Amino acid sequence: MASTIRVRAILSGEATEVQVLIQHPMDSGFVRDAKGEIIPPHFIRELTFEHDGKNVFVADWGTAIAKDPYVKFSFKGGNKGDDLKISWVDNKGETDTTTAKIQ
Amino acid sequence: MKARLAIHLASAALALAAVAFAAMPAIAADTPDPVADAKAFRNYFVTKFPDVKLEDFVNGPYSMNEDMRRQWEEKEQFPPYEFSLEMGKEMFARPFKNGRSYADCFPNQGIGIRQNYPYFDPGKGKVVTLELALNQCREANGEPSFSYVADEMAALTAYMAFTSRGKPFDIKIPDDPRALEAYQNGKRYFYTRRGQLNFSCATCHVQNPGERMRAEILAPALGILNAMPIYRSEWGGMGTISRRLTTCNSQIRGVPLEPQADEYRDLEYYLSYVSNGLPISGPGARP
Amino acid sequence: MNMTGSSITLRLSVLSLFFVLAIAGARPVQAAGSETDFRAAYAAAEAANTEAGRLRNQWTVTAEALAAAKKAADKGDFDHAIAVAKEAEALAKASIFQATSEQEAWKNLEIR
Repeated sequence: MASTIRVRAILSGEATEVQVLIQHPMDSGFVRDAKGEIIPPHFIRELTFEHDGKNVFVADWGTAIAKDPYVKFSFKGGNKGDDLKISWVDNKGETDTTTAKIQ
Repeated sequence: MKARLAIHLASAALALAAVAFAAMPAIAADTPDPVADAKAFRNYFVTKFPDVKLEDFVNGPYSMNEDMRRQWEEKEQFPPYEFSLEMGKEMFARPFKNGRSYADCFPNQGIGIRQNYPYFDPGKGKVVTLELALNQCREANGEPSFSYVADEMAALTAYMAFTSRGKPFDIKIPDDPRALEAYQNGKRYFYTRRGQLNFSCATCHVQNPGERMRAEILAPALGILNAMPIYRSEWGGMGTISRRLTTCNSQIRGVPLEPQADEYRDLEYYLSYVSNGLPISGPGARP
Repeated sequence: MNMTGSSITLRLSVLSLFFVLAIAGARPVQAAGSETDFRAAYAAAEAANTEAGRLRNQWTVTAEALAAAKKAADKGDFDHAIAVAKEAEALAKASIFQATSEQEAWKNLEIR
């Protein structure tokens, strides 16, 4: 199955700039469908970025994050060619993970 | 005596001239001159916004507001419409049950042709938009048509627009009175006030581009269709021209017409024509 | 019988008053709106909105008012239903006016 995670990690000087676009409905559980029934909550709970065995960025998310979330951040200590592992877990227990190389 | 005669003659001449001018047919406001219209249309915006490059008008609110542009340029590195665009590419390539595909319905296999839509079909005697053409293709191949305001049509038109990025709008009005009438209908629709709020399209997009409508920055009408279809943050997804036109209507408290109604197709024809020469930038991202 | 002028006048006034009251009494005096009145008001509003539809220029608020009028009538509150139905008719007529006047007025906004 195609990954839900699009990632770009670019080294610029000392800092690695990471951008991620995740395909996820991020349903808050407050919205009703066309029939008037509540669309059950379905959102990412935790998003983790791991580099060299350490978590460089962890996000604890809830219902306020919108559909197809986009994240951008920088961290120090990365080198070109290093692996960056990204994974998420949602409230239904579904997960996805991908590994990208720092460019 | 001579002076008096001269005066008489002069006034007679003037009177004659006045009669002659009055007898000239009044400039028929209803005989459309699309070439002149397009020139005046472009001129209006270029004069109103002298610091905006012509091709930048297609970026709508981002051409009007620096802060919005900054945020948009950042997002464009990793655009929110990527998923829909990919879906559109897959859909376009997938054959119908009868083995044929979209490529068989369109010139150049459907690649890089978006800038030629809408066009006037003399056989059918009406304006054909890209959305209409896609459903016509599906029906001709035994497939059910897509809703004009849902995700599938948005994804397909997004992909087709993407293959035309950078190409200038090239809308043609053939020498056919019906085509001119369609063009004129579209123009009339654009300037007609409607809805309880009594707005015309021009009220926002001609009189107030760059100004705020609640929290939104209004886009200029010049180039406004070039970025379609658009991924709107408000929608959390990609939406077609049909979706935008119908929702614009309801936002001003006018009951929307059916998607792809004559009025909407004619409107698209007019708006695309007066933006001839400006590059396709779709699919776009908007707030 | 000999009647004075004033007594004749009095008799005439009493007679006219009697006739006026009789005529008034011929129709039931309505203290509140009736279902019949609502139906008439709603029909008028609907007809106007249909005409606006023919002109391809209906307003969303007209449809909302019609729905609200019907809802009030279903509850038996005919006074309110009639009032809202009349509002719906006014909105529909305004949308007709808009459509017809815009047939010429649009030219005022045109970029030339």
